[in-house]
Amino acid sequence: MDKTLRKVYVGNYSDLPERLGKTIVIDEQEVAVFKLANGDVRAIENRCPHKGGVLAEGLVSGEHVFCPMHDWKISVVDGQAQAPDEGCVQTYQVEVTNEEKVYILISE
Amino acid sequence: MSKQKLVLIGNGMAGIRTIEEILKLKPNEFDIVVFGSEPYPNYNRIQLSKVLQGDTELSDITLNEWHWYEENNIRLYPGETVTNIDKEKQIVVTDKDRKEAYDYLIIATGSNPFMLPLPGADKEGVTAFRDIKDCETMIDYSKKYQRAAVIGGGLLGLEAARGLLNLGMEVDVIHISDYLMERQLDRDAGELLQKELEQQGMNFLLNKQTTDITGKKRVTGLKFSDGGRISADLVVMAVGIRPNVSLALESGIGVNKGIVVNDHMETDVANIYAVGECAEHDQMVYGLVAPLYEQGKALAKHICNKEDEGYKGSVLSTQLKVSGVDVFSTGMINEQSNTKAIKMYDDWNGTYKKVIVDQGKISGAVLFGDTKEGTRLLSMIKKGADVEEYLEAGEREESGSDLVASMPDDELICGCNGVDKGTIVEAINSQGLTSVEQVKGCTNASRSCGTCKSLVSDLLEYTLGDDYNADQKESICGCTDLSKDEVIAEIEEKGMRTTREVMNVLGWKNEEGCSKCKPALNYYMGMLKPKEYHDEKESRFVNERMHANIQKDGTFGVVPRMYGGVTNAEDLRKIADAAEKYDVGMIKITGGQRINLLGVNKEDLPDIWADLDMPSGHAYAKGLRTVKTCVGSEFCRFGTQDSTGLGIRLEQKFEGLYGPHKFKMSVSACPRNCAEGGIKDVGIVGLEGVWEIYVGGNGGTELREADLLVKVKTEDEVMEWVGAYLQYYRETANYLERTSKWVDRFGIDHVKEVLDDKQKRDEFNARMDEALSVIQEPWSEAIHNETTLKELFEKVNVPTTTSK
Repeated sequence: MDKTLRKVYVGNYSDLPERLGKTIVIDEQEVAVFKLANGDVRAIENRCPHKGGVLAEGLVSGEHVFCPMHDWKISVVDGQAQAPDEGCVQTYQVEVTNEEKVYILISE
Repeated sequence: MSKQKLVLIGNGMAGIRTIEEILKLKPNEFDIVVFGSEPYPNYNRIQLSKVLQGDTELSDITLNEWHWYEENNIRLYPGETVTNIDKEKQIVVTDKDRKEAYDYLIIATGSNPFMLPLPGADKEGVTAFRDIKDCETMIDYSKKYQRAAVIGGGLLGLEAARGLLNLGMEVDVIHISDYLMERQLDRDAGELLQKELEQQGMNFLLNKQTTDITGKKRVTGLKFSDGGRISADLVVMAVGIRPNVSLALESGIGVNKGIVVNDHMETDVANIYAVGECAEHDQMVYGLVAPLYEQGKALAKHICNKEDEGYKGSVLSTQLKVSGVDVFSTGMINEQSNTKAIKMYDDWNGTYKKVIVDQGKISGAVLFGDTKEGTRLLSMIKKGADVEEYLEAGEREESGSDLVASMPDDELICGCNGVDKGTIVEAINSQGLTSVEQVKGCTNASRSCGTCKSLVSDLLEYTLGDDYNADQKESICGCTDLSKDEVIAEIEEKGMRTTREVMNVLGWKNEEGCSKCKPALNYYMGMLKPKEYHDEKESRFVNERMHANIQKDGTFGVVPRMYGGVTNAEDLRKIADAAEKYDVGMIKITGGQRINLLGVNKEDLPDIWADLDMPSGHAYAKGLRTVKTCVGSEFCRFGTQDSTGLGIRLEQKFEGLYGPHKFKMSVSACPRNCAEGGIKDVGIVGLEGVWEIYVGGNGGTELREADLLVKVKTEDEVMEWVGAYLQYYRETANYLERTSKWVDRFGIDHVKEVLDDKQKRDEFNARMDEALSVIQEPWSEAIHNETTLKELFEKVNVPTTTSK
């Protein structure tokens, strides 16, 4: 089955709060979008692999977010939970256009 | 080659320890079968008193789980008793007619409690204190009945009595001697112990001999030889134990008091061994765990054909497991005509020490109140140390870490399991251990009675040294080696203004910190410069950032403030309307006398706040939560003071104040203390003309009773003392350190001394006023701030695809 990617507009770059998460609701699923201190924008599934905590509300440190439920540390780049915990969340590709519009790519 | 067959009768601590030792020496040599009368895997019988005392659960005292037997290919028959040994054919037979042949047979049948053959001893409500079943019987009775009598003022009896007190019963202890634990203690220590236990609520009848257990079917009381009587619904016999030798006797194995064994634990029948409480070695029968483990070790070596000199008898030591009482004794207990004693009796602190010296050697000791020296004394007696060695060690500074530093490597740390200092240090170093639990797992130290835990912890500190201290103990978190005080000094000196600047300038290992240091730094900086510091919302935990309590599904709880737990019809109506409008999942009355609306969506938070039009209750804050109050003099017939009035005044003054951790207050209007001031961070109790201020109480994770800080006459003085106390805590506690821990760390006397100084109180209050001056009501602030609304509360809703 072919997978097509759908481009979803999430807002202007300057409107995203730095070192905080933003909740994006797409149909049934939620995506957490982060603007990092280094300027990058990253998007991951908004569900901690541990107990489903909403990662968008977590503390952001560098390229990691700490889940607000039980303090798991998750990479916002590759979605991996950091040791000693184990697990992984889905990551999404992010596009920032010249006009500073931020899109994420999700598969249909 | 088929394996040799080893059968163990008795699934208890001594027998299973022997098997463990054998498995260590020769893991695959034997086909092992274990029979146990009790329907449980091997559990820690020593800890039964802790189960009874409510300190631990039955499930926590299992030593070998079911899967341990499986993993080691041991066939266990729980609830099955061996009834016959055919020593000619080398076969045992059980009560379920199972027959099992053996090459080696170990008898480890333990002891039976000795039941006094008194008239009436078979009545309902008479029990021993030996196994899980007895424990359950006692717990059952405590639910239905009030009065318990324990016969026996020895170790077991006192542990049982303490347990029954904890279970809410009134307890009489009947003892035949004229002081307690006369086999382990001298008179001075025995009497100190009695005084302490009487304070805990035990009642003693000494010099009493029970003659009858009265009652019809069920016990109703006891009769004594002097004609006295008491009533009792439960009688616990704890007068001693007798080796369980009936099987050996019937099978024609040599028995005296116990099953007679030599240094290799061999009985007089070939291939049959005995170990533990049922065995008699050199005319001694032991009932304590350390000797039994030593025997197990000797037997394992013998069966595995390892060179060993065998078991040579044990020096006994005793420790009473009653919370709040530290008693230790070992070796010789009473002076003889040719011995000398080193004695210290401190009536004020309630400590007593006696060390007996026999011909220049340490040969016995009794300690009461402070038993830290216990293991060292035991070890000195074992190796026959001279008194000079003991005295020299005593002159050195004896903090925990120094004490363990001065110990030789072969000094015993865990008396129960025979683990010495060298073994533990070796394990810490070679296996990279960092916690008491890990040491327990690797070496068995502290696995049985648990009293050596603090020594093991001292050893960890001593072995891991500065690295350990710097990295894990004192520093703020793993991002830095600096302690909180060092960081605060740097912040003040360099005038740093943001958490990122601090991390950057002070060389944090993680450039942007972690979930520990970010909120901590944010707090410290706000505390230091309340007027200048710009609070960082991205450095706050979600609850404080969102001003609501996040729930497991990502929705929030909303708790509006109700000063002093007092509300009115209008507020209740608004809460009810909001609950309906936002379809909240649950309306919950909180422990802090207010109402929680649970299940509110993030994007609805500003709207529900606007509709409520009430101030935030800060139910999410590391800061002031509530001031709980009782009804007070306005309505209550016992009330002596206006508790609600003072509670409201306190809550209005300190609302919105952040701290190192949350703090809860209460005001009661009489000593009944209905607002539970004994477990609050600040608990105020009004008496006629006086307010008492209690501090450092905690009703949560670490239950702690509050200490009296001061008694004052007026409400204004209460405000002054509470303000100064809270500011002192805010300035000196570690982030996430509750007042209970902080008071423990500083000592209540020290806190009192500091706050006794009126000038200091004024200075604290001046800084408190500055902190209070910048507080804004967070909900109304949020709903009027477009940026906050957009950045924190808005979700992006992507419309559903149209292509379907």
